[in-house]
Amino acid sequence: MRNKLLFFMAIIMTLLALIPVAAQDDEEFIFGMVLVGPRDDRGWSQAHYEGGLYVEERIPGARMLYFESLNPSDTPETTLMDVVSLFVDEGAQVIFTTSDAFEEDTNAVAREFPDVVFINVSGDDVLVGTAPPNLGNVMAQIEIPRLIAGCAAALTTQTGKIGYLGPLINAETRRVSSSAYLGARYCYENYAGGNAEDLEFKVVWIGFWFPIPGVTLDATEQSNAFFDDGFDVVMSGIDTAEMVIVAGQRQQEGENVYAIPYNSLEGCNQAPEACLGVPYYNWGVAYKSIIEEVQAGTWESRWDWVAPDYEDMNNLETSITGFALGEGLSEENAALLQEFIDELVAYQMENQDSFFLWQGPLNLQDGTILAEEGETVSLEDIWYLPQLLEGMQGDSE
Amino acid sequence: MRERLIRLGFTSGALILALGVTALLISMFDHSPIDVLETAWDGAFKDGRRFSAVVNFWIPLTLASIGLVVTFTAGLWNIGIEGQMIIGAVCASWAGLYFEAPSVILIPTCILLGAIGGMLWGMLAGLLKLRFGVHEIFGGVALNFIAANIAIYFISGPWQPPEGGSAQSTPPFQAAATLPRISDDLQFNLLFLLITIGAIIAIGLLLMFTRWGLTLRAVGKNAQSALLLGVRTERVTLSAFMVCGALGGIAGAHRVLQAYSSLRPSPAGGIGFLALLVVLLISFRAWWVPFIAFALAAIIAGSTRVKTLLQLDQSLAGVLQGLIVLTILIFNGLADRLTRKDHHE
Repeated sequence: MRNKLLFFMAIIMTLLALIPVAAQDDEEFIFGMVLVGPRDDRGWSQAHYEGGLYVEERIPGARMLYFESLNPSDTPETTLMDVVSLFVDEGAQVIFTTSDAFEEDTNAVAREFPDVVFINVSGDDVLVGTAPPNLGNVMAQIEIPRLIAGCAAALTTQTGKIGYLGPLINAETRRVSSSAYLGARYCYENYAGGNAEDLEFKVVWIGFWFPIPGVTLDATEQSNAFFDDGFDVVMSGIDTAEMVIVAGQRQQEGENVYAIPYNSLEGCNQAPEACLGVPYYNWGVAYKSIIEEVQAGTWESRWDWVAPDYEDMNNLETSITGFALGEGLSEENAALLQEFIDELVAYQMENQDSFFLWQGPLNLQDGTILAEEGETVSLEDIWYLPQLLEGMQGDSE
Repeated sequence: MRERLIRLGFTSGALILALGVTALLISMFDHSPIDVLETAWDGAFKDGRRFSAVVNFWIPLTLASIGLVVTFTAGLWNIGIEGQMIIGAVCASWAGLYFEAPSVILIPTCILLGAIGGMLWGMLAGLLKLRFGVHEIFGGVALNFIAANIAIYFISGPWQPPEGGSAQSTPPFQAAATLPRISDDLQFNLLFLLITIGAIIAIGLLLMFTRWGLTLRAVGKNAQSALLLGVRTERVTLSAFMVCGALGGIAGAHRVLQAYSSLRPSPAGGIGFLALLVVLLISFRAWWVPFIAFALAAIIAGSTRVKTLLQLDQSLAGVLQGLIVLTILIFNGLADRLTRKDHHE
């Protein structure tokens, strides 16, 4: 009798010991993705969603949980805490909160779940020193493709007027729009044969990352207003791509106008012929390496401002951000743009601690000196840019 | 007795119809209604954290609804409830950010300021109606809009975070403004729970047994006759707005203290509008408020989980709520007809 009991116990013990091993073989790695807009917005949120799909494709067993449109107007009754606790319940080990809008809440929620790794995209909690050890920040150096986008706009404009549709005003949106301006100014003078003083570069802020009826300005209306006022290239700094559709419609009516969307490789799709190109994110590169580090146990909280792969900015396996040419860009201008890109890459290969064209003399909008002649603006000073640059039209705060 | 049975039958019939249509919709999107129901149920009741989320939604929803029972009894369509919640939230936020005091003083101060702010904003809707002849629906919509912009003004203006911030939130409140939880499992605040239960009982009793309640009902039924009979209708109307606004303001204070620990754009989160649905559903009977509000809170918590796990759109919850309200209103109308016919016989 006793022998039998021992025998059974031995079997059970062996089985119990085996189960975890068996389970580990095809174990899932669950990660969460919180999106501020819809996953198919052809812009910011879509780029993050695609980053998640990228990870699912390349890391065996990786499975994404996502929650789209977490924002006060679409889902006013849902908080980040609600969403994150659902993800954690399902076993999520890494959670990406993919908006500046989630920065404060991510910090609070991360403290509530110390065993889960949180990555807030575009935030600076780690840099400022307020992040708990399980919270990291990541951002791409979109300023580089932005410089290129600005150049493409300046090469194309006939009226010398470039419109920029911005979201809300903060350091991020100031440095990104300013980068576009620097690229535009440089190319207008050096490649298009114009005079930098004659270039008009106007920023209009709609009020939020994407248009919300009744709360923000209407992106379609603003794009039309730009074109009506003689601006013939409108660049986007917002999450969505209305300006491309508007430019496409106006081209069909015979106007010579163009748009440059933002965020997603698919940004041009709605009107390719009116699109000069798109500065886009390829978040999957960063997400994949973060998840691999967490899996290996080597991840540590840090603030990452990831540079593109200068060998080939449009290599989707290696570059977190790039600039995809659009059909609207003429062949001649595409060749000039390539010359500019070569210049830029040559600079960046030598200088990791600043961006091309961010060299003095540069003034802020109110005339304050940002960098003297020969001086270089440091990455941190660019990150925290306090105003737009001198020469740009639009509000700095 | 028979009338009650008929009403009960019609109400359950309405619920079954609403659920049936929703199930049909779910099947049309290639999901199993049973799966969805299970997922949703777990989303609301799986563990302490889930249940606490339901309660934390129930508290402001119930407060706003019970406030609306007062205005509806007086025949007033207080659409402005959302704005009253927002102003309550803004006032409570001021204390949460700048009024330095220990928790025991700070939190009641937040609640009190929220109540006062909501009350004054409610009074404004009343004054617009009484002094300037602006119907409370139009006045309310306008005041909601203004309240939302006041919140945004403070967030992106004087109360923005020192580092410049993102125009989406004030800095977090002081640590002393953190609402204590009952326990690790019951993550809601006892004081707010007691205030909510107290409000239900107080308003229920006031409406049933006091002169104020009687005059409210008189004004609600027929303001002209009430005036002729010597009821000071203006005062009654104004008091209804103020009581409702105060309760809405407390609800707003709960939102900023509990959900965000900071002031956000649209801090009321549409709860005021949801409260309007609650009150429509119960045809203004105060005692039903906590139950209906709880059901709606559970549906919302459940639907968040459905959206996350089954990727079914969250607006399904909105569809279900809309259907419930619609079918119940229709069936109520039918029941009215039927019972009236009975009386004639």
